[in-house]
Amino acid sequence: MQGYLRSDGRKGIRNQLLVAYLVECAHHVARLIVNQSSQAGAQLIGFPGCYPNSYALRMMQRLCTHPNVGGVLLLSLGCEGFNREALEATVRESGRPVETLVIQECGGTRKTLQQGLSAVARISAQMATQQRADMALDELVVGTICGGSDGTSGISANPAVGNSFNLLIAQGATCIFEETGELIGCEHIMAKRALTPELAEQIYAVMDKAAKYYATMGFGSFAPGNAEGGLTTQEEKSMGAYSKSGDSPISGLIKPGDLPPKGGLYLLDVVPDGEPRFGFPNISDNAEIVELIACGAHLILFTTGRGSVVGSAISPVIKVCANPNTYRRMADDMDVNAGVIIEGRASLDQVGEEIFERVKAVAAGARSVSEDLGHQEFILTYKTFEPLGPGCLPTAHVAVA
Amino acid sequence: MSQPSTHVLLHQADNILVSCRDLPAGARLCIDHQPVILKESIPLGHKIARHHVAKGEKIFKYGAPIGSASTDIALGEHVHLHNMKSDYIPGHTRKTVG
Repeated sequence: MQGYLRSDGRKGIRNQLLVAYLVECAHHVARLIVNQSSQAGAQLIGFPGCYPNSYALRMMQRLCTHPNVGGVLLLSLGCEGFNREALEATVRESGRPVETLVIQECGGTRKTLQQGLSAVARISAQMATQQRADMALDELVVGTICGGSDGTSGISANPAVGNSFNLLIAQGATCIFEETGELIGCEHIMAKRALTPELAEQIYAVMDKAAKYYATMGFGSFAPGNAEGGLTTQEEKSMGAYSKSGDSPISGLIKPGDLPPKGGLYLLDVVPDGEPRFGFPNISDNAEIVELIACGAHLILFTTGRGSVVGSAISPVIKVCANPNTYRRMADDMDVNAGVIIEGRASLDQVGEEIFERVKAVAAGARSVSEDLGHQEFILTYKTFEPLGPGCLPTAHVAVA
Repeated sequence: MSQPSTHVLLHQADNILVSCRDLPAGARLCIDHQPVILKESIPLGHKIARHHVAKGEKIFKYGAPIGSASTDIALGEHVHLHNMKSDYIPGHTRKTVG
């Protein structure tokens, strides 16, 4: 497979042009630019808030310099708190073409739209010269998430993704699983898989944080559809979600925006630090997907039992359907039918292999189903994180800079 | 799972089975060599009691505890929100708010 070689040495499996609004007030103009631009594949991302937030800035810096991104147009209203200068500087330093338009300076909607279309054309022309290079599986970062889980998820799609993680990690790839709030109840078995005792301690600490955080919110990460699909408790859902991680040792614990130092399996802690301040850790599945992407994920394995249709901006989403009944209803939205495991028509190993092959194909340029349907969901909200604690990345000292 | 089946035992230590298809009331199952007739329908992915479970006992799935029985549960009974609960954080439905 071939990747787009970026200045930091990482390689992308896509070459996306992003139009990023820096406050909700610039959202519509950004969308007009994306819709009217003849540049195929320009994608819309953004942050809606007017108040500054260091997490949001760091996330946007990571996302706009993600290996799948080739160039960026920033859209500011002008008076919002987002540090657009810092974001533009980060993108420029990465060697990517970047421009910023400030709607109040451009003179409103129509003038900004015209200037935006010109800017997209310039950025696109520069992106077309982007160098490509051979890319190996050990350079690939894959994240996984489950959405719309039901009683079939934990016995078909999730352990099948776990098997594909085993295959990927054996080839040196980096795999990330997440949502500590959806792993509540699995802390003991997870800690046993940690590479070092210090990492195990950190895993216990973040799981304790997740349980307290969700208790304060008053709701676990458990949707009504989960219960309709046969899941009864948070810890039951957790055990099913946990099986997406496969059998590899856990090499490290990261937070949104941290890049795993080398291949292996990583746990992403998505629950904010400190006193609960801005509400639920992730208000919907796409908020988790965005955080996986900010950690460098080139593509996402999304398992679903009830049936989700989402994709994402920046990184392709591959959907693995757990439930054979759901698959029959929603086959047009699914990449892989893991429901065959429930029906006794294929083994977990066979479906794990199929997912592994699908990952390689999509990484090599084949479009995932959600990508083909034009899904580009994106959401970023307020959060607070402290830097990683000691012992979270035991292999970091052998990482190549 | 090599044969299409009505239900699956995920771990030897489990006291529940998982339904592999939408099972109607009256369906005849064989649970641990015992014939069982379902008193209620049990949809795909839902849990079936593998044997009698006393109130307060842990429910095991994947060999791990996933909550506790909130009432006595009979062999072959649907195991769900009405007879078990989380040991961590309560669940919710669409009717929780509004």
